[in-house]
Amino acid sequence: MPETPFETARGLVAAYRAQRTRPSEAVEAALAQVERHEPRVRAFLHLDAERARTEAAAWDRRYAAGEDTPPLAGVPVALKDNLCTRGAPTTCGSRILEGWRPPYDATVVARLRTAGAILLGKTNLDEFAMGSSTENSAFGPTRNPWDLSRVPGGSSGGSAAAVAAGFVPLALGSDTGGSIRLPAGFCGVVGLKPTYGRVSRYGLVAFASSLDQIGPLARDVEDCALLLDAIAGPDPLDTTSARVPPPQARAALGAAPRGLRVGVVTDAFGAGVAPGVAAAIREALRTLEGLGLAIEEVALPTLEAALPAYYLLAPAEASANLARYDGMRYGLRAAGADLVDTYRQTRRRGFGPEVKRRIMLGTYALSAGYYDAYYLRAQKVRTLVARDFERAFARADVVVMPVAPTPAFAIGERAADPLQMYLADVFTIPVNLAGLPGLALPCGFDGGLPVGLQLIGRPFDEATLLRVGHAYQQATDWHRRRPPVA
Amino acid sequence: MATPAGAPRTVVGLEIHVQLLTASKMFCGCAVSFGAPPNTLVCPVCLGLPGALPVLNRRAVDLGLRTALALGCRIHPRSQFHRKNYFYPDLPKNYQISQYEYAGHPPLATGGALEIVTEGARRLVRIRRVHLEEDTGRLVHAEGASGSLVDFNRSGVPLMEIVTEPDLRSPAEAREFLTALRRLLQFAEVSSGRMEEGTLRCDANVSLVGDDGVPGIRTEVKNMNSIRAVERALAYEVARQAEARRRGEAVVQETRHWDERRGVTFGSRSKEEAQDYRYFPEPDLVPLEVDEAWLERVRASLPELPAARRDRLMAAFGLGGADADRLTASPAMARFFEETVAAFPDARVVANWLVGEVAAYLNEHGTEIDAITLTPRRLADLLRLIEDGTLSGRLAKEILVAMIKDDLDAVAVVEARGLRQISDEAALGRIVEEVLAAHPGPVADVRAGKDRALGFLVGQVMKATGGRANPEAVNRLLRERVGS
Ligand SMILES: [Zn+2]
Repeated sequence: MPETPFETARGLVAAYRAQRTRPSEAVEAALAQVERHEPRVRAFLHLDAERARTEAAAWDRRYAAGEDTPPLAGVPVALKDNLCTRGAPTTCGSRILEGWRPPYDATVVARLRTAGAILLGKTNLDEFAMGSSTENSAFGPTRNPWDLSRVPGGSSGGSAAAVAAGFVPLALGSDTGGSIRLPAGFCGVVGLKPTYGRVSRYGLVAFASSLDQIGPLARDVEDCALLLDAIAGPDPLDTTSARVPPPQARAALGAAPRGLRVGVVTDAFGAGVAPGVAAAIREALRTLEGLGLAIEEVALPTLEAALPAYYLLAPAEASANLARYDGMRYGLRAAGADLVDTYRQTRRRGFGPEVKRRIMLGTYALSAGYYDAYYLRAQKVRTLVARDFERAFARADVVVMPVAPTPAFAIGERAADPLQMYLADVFTIPVNLAGLPGLALPCGFDGGLPVGLQLIGRPFDEATLLRVGHAYQQATDWHRRRPPVA
Repeated sequence: MATPAGAPRTVVGLEIHVQLLTASKMFCGCAVSFGAPPNTLVCPVCLGLPGALPVLNRRAVDLGLRTALALGCRIHPRSQFHRKNYFYPDLPKNYQISQYEYAGHPPLATGGALEIVTEGARRLVRIRRVHLEEDTGRLVHAEGASGSLVDFNRSGVPLMEIVTEPDLRSPAEAREFLTALRRLLQFAEVSSGRMEEGTLRCDANVSLVGDDGVPGIRTEVKNMNSIRAVERALAYEVARQAEARRRGEAVVQETRHWDERRGVTFGSRSKEEAQDYRYFPEPDLVPLEVDEAWLERVRASLPELPAARRDRLMAAFGLGGADADRLTASPAMARFFEETVAAFPDARVVANWLVGEVAAYLNEHGTEIDAITLTPRRLADLLRLIEDGTLSGRLAKEILVAMIKDDLDAVAVVEARGLRQISDEAALGRIVEEVLAAHPGPVADVRAGKDRALGFLVGQVMKATGGRANPEAVNRLLRERVGS
């Protein structure tokens, strides 16, 4: 009897251990779900069904033999396609990397293999993770399982949609300015951007190195914690990974969050926030209050400056990070008349418009004569944003904002207006600038579309976020709702 | 230095790239090795593959710190790496990880100085900064291949850049500075310091200042593969700029390449765009923090530097300053000297042979003491054969050359060539008699008190013995037999 595609990862593992089902059955159930809905959702860029079946069969035998198995043994997991997987395509949603197969695994991929996960496939994303809707993928958009005419959010839209649609219980995304939390919010799933340095970036194809962070997406907070535990911790291959002990997030969930202080960012309920979103957040705050948490008001005066600062810093780093795609060593190479023309033709054909826009923005911001006015000034804003949060955390243990001002917007609605598109990240970007952990979880609906609640924590205090989120989910059932498509 | 009145003054500053003696690359674990097959010493990091991240080689920092200490620089407790952005096929990320210097972002070390001796006087040349960076790959123009290929074995090899203030006043001073710097780097065991192999590379900025004090336009000279080439290229460039000045023509600010074969510098492009490298802090590396404990470890591990070694050799072995200078021209020579003295304790004799015959051989063959087959033990054995009278000094010089060429011990050469000195008085007496009989004229001259004639007779005996006769014995026997 195959399990429902909406079983949690820990539920699957428990069922395997109790021999109520087998990894093969779970993989078949997942593949059947993919077959039914993927043609409309288009969450995946690559799917390796054969390899998943082979690995599942191996786990079947080990469970049948009653062997000790690692924590995610036999659980299907999806990976955002900017995580390097040895010998398997890793496109970053870009033509320029079409056909490239990395010779190595990202650290998180290696850790997932060690944890026993079955890597089902690679998910769609905005090209090089630059975008808020997954419309910027060179291979076509992913659609929101709650409403196929809407975007799933971005840039980890494929991972969020895959979890929401019941394709996999767990997925990894990456978050530079909201790229895990926004799609989690839009798709009604749980997404965590860990503290900068919590998870190794080795093997994550860089967008903006000082902001990028890999994190888990899941259907509930407890699964999210389980996946975080599998990937977090210092890595000698990434010197920006913090030398702090792993979070042991799942073990921390048991303690009730009674008595913790929740800081509500008053500035985040102003103009531009949809009334339905504001109402859902307020309702969530009442629930938290009912759980014994104290609600405080906190201010983030630099909130408005964070967005423009981000759109200087992230493109500046991206302009250097993406310089290596030049057609010389891997990926697309367009014929040119000479060396410079080869560079030009390769990048003209290989990159989409949003990537080009950001490379130009970033190159400009770093140019002689503009560096001080743009890059340096944006760095100062970044420092101020971090100080704002420090002040807020003097009054609160967790800071709350909406994930985004609105629920998922229609495909094509903002594609022609980058500034409108960028506004979707107004509440998530400050968290990246400050390097803090941020958790997105479903807290209601607005016009039939999920609304995301964002909990922000102190550096390396994912445990508190997850504790609060877990208690909230014990008291609510938003995370148990299923999208109509599935 | 002496400058004719009205002649422009020469101003030279150097930028030196030093390949550090580390086993692995700057930001990955790949081996540093010369001459491996192309693209065999590479990994995702030094190939700049998507997703790969740099990890700083602390050994390279150690060597940078050693250099900074040896040059008396100010070492910054917190320095930063930057990205230097430009496109070129030998640069896999299309940016180089380097240390740039601007407000709030110091490189590893700044300030400092190195003493040079120029025209008999000691002078300090100021060092502007010492920083660390990674090397690029190498373009290879393969026979029969269309276009260029890239070998990334060198990509990511640790480099240290040393920049001087424009304190050098002539091409000869530039040569002196480079010689002294190379010596320092070798003694500090920081680099092999071989310009010919590219482990030491030097670019020079040169300009002329008129007697009105107005500095002229500066050119940058590149592509010099030896210290001598630097001196020659600078001399050419100084003359070229002086000639332009004399004719009232403008010197163009440009990069010029030295053509060793033609002995000229030439500009690569007439119109050069100013490169904007768009430096910014490298977000993949945390700032480099050097605390007092780290510095103390480096200080404790710093090998004896040339000046200290020179003073010690003078004090311990009673050597003169000139000999001590030559014996500390390289750490290999200093080590060779001390090891030879350990086996043959007459330090003056060892010093004489090393700065004399051995140095002459090295000079003539353009090689180094650690690149030839001679060992301290072999040299000591040779000197012992002179001491016990088995060999004459003149013979020993020939034997030395044969030892080096044929990779042999002194005794083996002596036996193989039958070169053992003839000291046997009976044998020598017979030869002396023959010579006296054959040259009655000179014999008469000697008797008449003309000592030059005695020299002639000694020469005849040496000729008859193939140079193997013991000169002292020959002298004595001749005087006895002539009865002068
Ligand atoms: Zn390497």
